[in-house]
Amino acid sequence: MDSSDTKPRQPIIELKQLHKSFGDQVLYEELNLQVFPGETLVVMGGSGSGKSTLLRILMGHLPYDGGSVLIHGREFADYSRRELNAWRLMVGVLFQTGALFNSMSLRENLALPVRQHTDLPEELIEIMVKIYLQLVGLRESIDRMPSELSGGMKKRAGLARALMMQPGILFYDEPTAGLDPVSSAQISRLIMDLKEKLNVTSIVITHDMKAAFEVADRMALLAGRRFHMIGTPEQFKASPDPLVRQFVDGLLDGPLNPKADQQAYEADLLQKDSV
Amino acid sequence: MRQTIELIGEFGLLLRDSLSAIGPSLFHGRGRRLNWHNLWQQMNRIGIDSLPIVILVMASIGAILAMQMAPELGRFGLLPVTADVVALATFREMGPLVSAVVLTGFGGSAIAAEIGTMVVGEEIEALEAHAIDPIRFLVVPRLVACVLMMVCLTVVGDLAAIVGGMVVGGMFLHLNPVQFYEHAVQLLTVGDFVTGLIKAAVFGLEISIIACFLGLKVRGGAQGVGINTSRTVVMTIVALILTDLFFTTVFFFLGF
Repeated sequence: MDSSDTKPRQPIIELKQLHKSFGDQVLYEELNLQVFPGETLVVMGGSGSGKSTLLRILMGHLPYDGGSVLIHGREFADYSRRELNAWRLMVGVLFQTGALFNSMSLRENLALPVRQHTDLPEELIEIMVKIYLQLVGLRESIDRMPSELSGGMKKRAGLARALMMQPGILFYDEPTAGLDPVSSAQISRLIMDLKEKLNVTSIVITHDMKAAFEVADRMALLAGRRFHMIGTPEQFKASPDPLVRQFVDGLLDGPLNPKADQQAYEADLLQKDSV
Repeated sequence: MRQTIELIGEFGLLLRDSLSAIGPSLFHGRGRRLNWHNLWQQMNRIGIDSLPIVILVMASIGAILAMQMAPELGRFGLLPVTADVVALATFREMGPLVSAVVLTGFGGSAIAAEIGTMVVGEEIEALEAHAIDPIRFLVVPRLVACVLMMVCLTVVGDLAAIVGGMVVGGMFLHLNPVQFYEHAVQLLTVGDFVTGLIKAAVFGLEISIIACFLGLKVRGGAQGVGINTSRTVVMTIVALILTDLFFTTVFFFLGF
């Protein structure tokens, strides 16, 4: 935060003591986080730590069990259907797989939300579709079906569709997962361009450390059912914390060592043998 | 037990939400528009593609009924009544039921598989993320298409059965086709026709709602899609027969 600010910035999204569990499995115990306007926040964490679940909660797809999610200072759980839809129109989401509608061409995919929510003429929608496809480098593919696209192209098309309603906030779920280094760099460049040119607020879920350090204003590491560390990329790079070091440097040994379950594994094997 | 009650509750909610979404979907409103292109596609896929099968099956049923009944009725000198039996059984019972079974195999399974695949591919979440209600966008067009096409298929199926009976009667049973037609038309009342169509519309509603519900409940990837697609066929056929029994009982006691 800039210390010269006379007025403290109000967060767009604020998590307070957020609790979420699936049956007996507790995913978060006390999640605290603030997301400020115009920033790009990268959320990192191991597989199954609940990164994507966090996005689902923030999109209103999943309820939370305890604590608070404040959107513009209001409790998210109290949102009416109308308010939830208004929030969803403010937010663009890039899904992990792109989540394009397989029965529609790229043109139809991008045009759909605009057709559903506005009375804009078809000519204008067509121009918008071309502009956003050009932005992600897919204008030539306007009439192609999603099944004809590569993984990277699907993600870029998904991003173009997410931008069609000109959202102020973007959620990216593993935007670079499964992509080659060039496609990954293209997506990272797009995320940075959108922030610079449109001042979009972004939450990026990833465990691609290269991409994370490229795009992040702040980073948050989800581990042990809470945010283990929240800070700037520089703070993460300089942190001596063993868990942070292991995650950032991709070390095999450390607090996240899967060998920690060795005893349980051996007990399980012996139990099976005795059956 | 609790799971079953929850499931029934969810099904009831989907039915309520879908029926209440039909009205608003017909009018232009932000995020509430009925996808006319989708409706037309569904009507084509569900109705037009099922049409040849319904005609073939119903014509065969008309012929079978005529061949089964004619010898027995002929023994009592009631051979021309064969046309009455074929017409009555078809319009009141076989037309709606058999068309619904064909539509379940053709349309119901396809709807469940399509929506299930969309669930697996995060497409439903993507719709919701764009503030597009999946019930309005996906369920309502399929529901409307199924109801409309069930009624149309039943009318065509009824006629095909009469023609099937007429052809077999004329060829093998010494029944004059004109006489056959006149007998059938004279016996049938508007009530017979309407009760058949009421059944058809309700069957269409059942097929679409069960298929959409099980499609939306798909979990666990391709295997889940397969399981819920076959469940759709089984559950719908059981539901159709139970509903038919209910309607027949009600109409019986009402004197229709």
